[in-house]
Amino acid sequence: MIITVNINGKNVTEDIEADLILLDFLRKHGCYSVKRGCETSNCGLCTVLMDEKPVLSCSMLAAKADGKNIMTLEGLQKEAEEFGTFVANQGAEQCGFCNPGFIMNVIAMFREYENPTDEEIKEYLAGNLCRCSGYEGQMRAIKKFMAERKGAK
Amino acid sequence: MLTIKEYVKAATIDEAYDLNQKKTNCICGGMIWLKMQRKNVQTIIDLSGLGLDKIEEREDEFEIGAMVTLRDIEENKALNDYTNGAVKESVRHIVGVQFRNVATVGGSIFGRFGFSDVLTMFIALDSYVKLYKGGIVSLEEFAKMPKDRDILMSIIVKKQPLKCVYMSQRNTKTDFPVIACGLSLVGDTYKIVLGARPAKAAAITYKKDESMDIKEFAEKMGEAAAESFDFNTNMRASAEYRKHLAKVIVKRACLKMEGVY
Amino acid sequence: MKDTVKNLKTVTKPIMKKDAMSLVTGKPVYMDDVVPDNCLIVKVLRSQHANAMVEEVNKKAASMVPGVVGIYTWEDVPQERFTMAGQTYPEPSPYDRLILDKHVRYVGDPVAIVAGENEKAVDKALKLLKVKYEVLEPLLDFRKAKDNEILVHPEDNWKSLCPVGADNKRNLCASEKTSHGDVEKVLSECDVVLERTYHTKANQQAMMETFRTYCYMDTYGRLNILSSTQIVFHVRRIVSNALGIPKSKIRVSKPRIGGGFGAKQTVVAEVFPAFVTWVTGRPSKMIFTREESQIASTPRHEMEMTVRIGANKDGKIRAIDLYTLSNTGAYGEHGPTTVGLSGHKSIPLYNVEAFRFDYDVVYTNVMSAGAYRGYGATQGIFALETAVNELAAKLNIDPMKIREMNMVHEGDIMYAYYGEKSNSCALDRCLARVKEMIDWDNKYPCRDMGNGKVRSVGVAMAMQGSSISNLDVGSATLKVNDDGFYTLIIGAADMGTGCDTILAQIAAEVLECDVDNIAVLGADTDASPYDSGSYASSTTYLTGKATYDAAMKLREKIIELGAEMMGEDKEKCEFDGSKVFYPESGKDVSMVDIGTKSMLNNNITMELTESCSSPVSPPPFMAAAVEVEVDKETGTVDVLDYAAVVDCGTPINENLARVQTEGGIGQGIGMALFEEVQYTEEGRMMNNSFMQYKLPARVDYGKIRVEFESSYEPTGPYGAKSIGEIVIDTPCPAITDAVYNATGLFIREMPITPEKIVMGLIENEN
Repeated sequence: MIITVNINGKNVTEDIEADLILLDFLRKHGCYSVKRGCETSNCGLCTVLMDEKPVLSCSMLAAKADGKNIMTLEGLQKEAEEFGTFVANQGAEQCGFCNPGFIMNVIAMFREYENPTDEEIKEYLAGNLCRCSGYEGQMRAIKKFMAERKGAK
Repeated sequence: MLTIKEYVKAATIDEAYDLNQKKTNCICGGMIWLKMQRKNVQTIIDLSGLGLDKIEEREDEFEIGAMVTLRDIEENKALNDYTNGAVKESVRHIVGVQFRNVATVGGSIFGRFGFSDVLTMFIALDSYVKLYKGGIVSLEEFAKMPKDRDILMSIIVKKQPLKCVYMSQRNTKTDFPVIACGLSLVGDTYKIVLGARPAKAAAITYKKDESMDIKEFAEKMGEAAAESFDFNTNMRASAEYRKHLAKVIVKRACLKMEGVY
Repeated sequence: MKDTVKNLKTVTKPIMKKDAMSLVTGKPVYMDDVVPDNCLIVKVLRSQHANAMVEEVNKKAASMVPGVVGIYTWEDVPQERFTMAGQTYPEPSPYDRLILDKHVRYVGDPVAIVAGENEKAVDKALKLLKVKYEVLEPLLDFRKAKDNEILVHPEDNWKSLCPVGADNKRNLCASEKTSHGDVEKVLSECDVVLERTYHTKANQQAMMETFRTYCYMDTYGRLNILSSTQIVFHVRRIVSNALGIPKSKIRVSKPRIGGGFGAKQTVVAEVFPAFVTWVTGRPSKMIFTREESQIASTPRHEMEMTVRIGANKDGKIRAIDLYTLSNTGAYGEHGPTTVGLSGHKSIPLYNVEAFRFDYDVVYTNVMSAGAYRGYGATQGIFALETAVNELAAKLNIDPMKIREMNMVHEGDIMYAYYGEKSNSCALDRCLARVKEMIDWDNKYPCRDMGNGKVRSVGVAMAMQGSSISNLDVGSATLKVNDDGFYTLIIGAADMGTGCDTILAQIAAEVLECDVDNIAVLGADTDASPYDSGSYASSTTYLTGKATYDAAMKLREKIIELGAEMMGEDKEKCEFDGSKVFYPESGKDVSMVDIGTKSMLNNNITMELTESCSSPVSPPPFMAAAVEVEVDKETGTVDVLDYAAVVDCGTPINENLARVQTEGGIGQGIGMALFEEVQYTEEGRMMNNSFMQYKLPARVDYGKIRVEFESSYEPTGPYGAKSIGEIVIDTPCPAITDAVYNATGLFIREMPITPEKIVMGLIENEN
């Protein structure tokens, strides 16, 4: 079947098999930031934005993305660098494998909440697992990022 | 490993229904459960083009389309005002935001999963399912029906003056519940719904006794509930522990409803 | 010595990891991001039985699937046994593996390898393979394994290379007895002797990137392996053993690794694509699914530990007797070695007159265990620290106080730690500080919060090692390049730990330059100097020492070349990082010019390698205190606040030491409260996904607070010891202690599930 998906601002039209998973479709089109960490929708590594909402690309058919806008970290390099610097300043990126999915969801969170509380942050990001950091460094990065953003305003 | 030969985004519900009559075909909601199955599907039927993704509030009812996501009901103000936040509480522990942006109410209800928080929650309300062929059926009834090839179009929640509370116990914060409890009070009748026993949610009713001290009453209602349901063992918890939890959670839900927990 | 630490310019500084910005912006740096599209897909068919003989594999239908390139069964692979454990040769782990075996020993053991042009073809072929098994009765209870009539490894070509007490005809992977002093005599003199048995389950490392390997044949006809591994050199030897091909025909390197935690210290995926590429000549890759990573990998050893601990009424601990039974599963990877740490890295926390430590490691028909952060110490420390807390409770002594009375101090001889002297130990300061951080004196033992909820505190201590003494080899190569920048080449593996940066910091400190001036390359068996690999808490300490030594020697070379350029006596010249100068005359020559000169008419080698092994393995120490809230009605334990203070010697990079600690504690909380590998009665592993094996999410616990109390380790680079493993050791005993202080229950089996608490309380009532 033929689908057209807008990936990071560029329309891609392709004849795909019905059971192609969105994650594999995106990686095939150069979005290597999108990672598979589980196959059961639990880890959040494959998070991408579909029409602005964070979704799990490992659990979605590429066919379902027909006519939709998909953003991956490849299309959000400026945001990734801005926020990512705060993560890196904590050393909290560690192995890095969960970072793209985590940062995608942080970007989504900040689009929904301007000033989330600690509880809101934890709950919004609960579906982003990280085995290295124990989450503390990620939290410090988020708080410092928010503080700097506030200062800049 | 799930394999799919063909994908059809149904243009009409009629088309979806016809396609779904073939045993090798399958309707997909959020795909989360379907994707984990080892199954060969001929045609997957996507309902997302049928406008079933809306929550409508009318004077006497809510109608929640089958393709509404768990995140949608979590964020819906009217629904949460009506249930005093119980709907949000019933889904906010489910994995994460991205998961809830994908998983659908219809998928959760139609699957009639034992662990379903959504089913437990909605049985506690005066809920009905709207089936394409089967018409309107009470959710409690639907939960007991065997799976067939009809199409679940929406969930209808009849409004009435009620109080309700949702509580669950989980081994980790984002895990399946080991016991889930939806409690509503209409007039002087409580509806106690227990899910994840690990069998799917079912309900009993219980009369309010105004003469008793609330704490004493809650305790008694918890004990009665624990005796009224069957409990079983799975990898997450034993039957015995679940029975104990049922007592505690029903008691707490009752107290919470009165603002004393 | 402390002054030297104060004046450091690069070491101790929270420098950003060299790869950080690539990682946070999602650059394609992991194995599956960099391999070509044309590789064969390799998968294996796995046994559905816990113990069976493969009678026949009917490949007919499967091999007709278009795109299938090869299907291999036990008859197609070499018949020499080997071990997949990443250890120095001769490995203590027995040679009990084949790439594919006629005898399958757990549910998940590979039966056949399928290689094909694409994933769909391979999946289809796997479905069409028909296997006829002779199903045998499995041995699933590790308590009954020793001398059971069911033998997991009855075969005659099983072999053990080291004297570890292994005997396959008794299901023994290892067995040993050690002691110091007369334990029975001292115990008989004690006022109180407690005997308790503790049980820890297998846990999965669950690194976010599953096991994966890519192989291809290079221009020279050599097998190239690009793998997500902590141990490139061991992989080379193991693949050579498995395939029966010369080591000279193999090159192993690693890209960025998406976490390891010890899982990737064992060869899990490598042999299968290596075999396919070697026989077909075609590039291939194998990527484990999460399910495979859960059911057919290399988790922590399940252990049962019986502790006898004797003390005087006043709390003076006099003797410890420990017996550990360890479950290595179907194969012996890391079986003989992990068990040792359960005693050797727990008992030395206390100064006792006598100790005894005996153990057996047994085979059973479950997935093979392996190396997981903590490596046996985690299990032993849970047992011993809980026994000490039980003793304190019995004697009605504050658990802080019993530790203050008995713990090891700097200068003590640690008899249970191979008689090593504790040259650097700030454990006393660590304990004092956590006591303050958690406000112990106000919070111990507990406070009732109403509604069945109780808040309480608990404490534990831990130690680990820093490299394996007299065995591990750490190496570093440093060279001078144009413009005077340096390349540091290592065989240690950065798996997210930040060792590329940490080692560069050490080199930069010595060479008095910016960390950015040091490019790091690793690890590649063809290019890197030999290094045992990144495990056993060895990289900062041992490879760090080698880096320090190499940098010190390179300084001399730089001065020598600079002096030659100026025509001066090198003995009178100095180097300040940017130039070599001759103080008497004021002459100098810049590092840029020295770099240029090194490439023009030069006879002085400006590249060198240093290797080192250590006669000692200095333990890092740690103390932790936790505050929890226990819901006595539901059994839920919420960790509210976890305070930890670590003595890792000098933290080379405080940021990275901190995140290691926080991450290790996070994993430890998972092990303490809910992570558990469970089997059905038929031996099928139930926790086969992240849906059924729940890792801690960020909502699962409150805050973790980490501080450092540094000692100065004289044998380490700039006083450093290790930190990677010790950080997982305290949550099990500390949380167990807190739960006791809230409920009066000592939960002696991990994890402390809500159900165990509720059922325990009900039992106590009756």
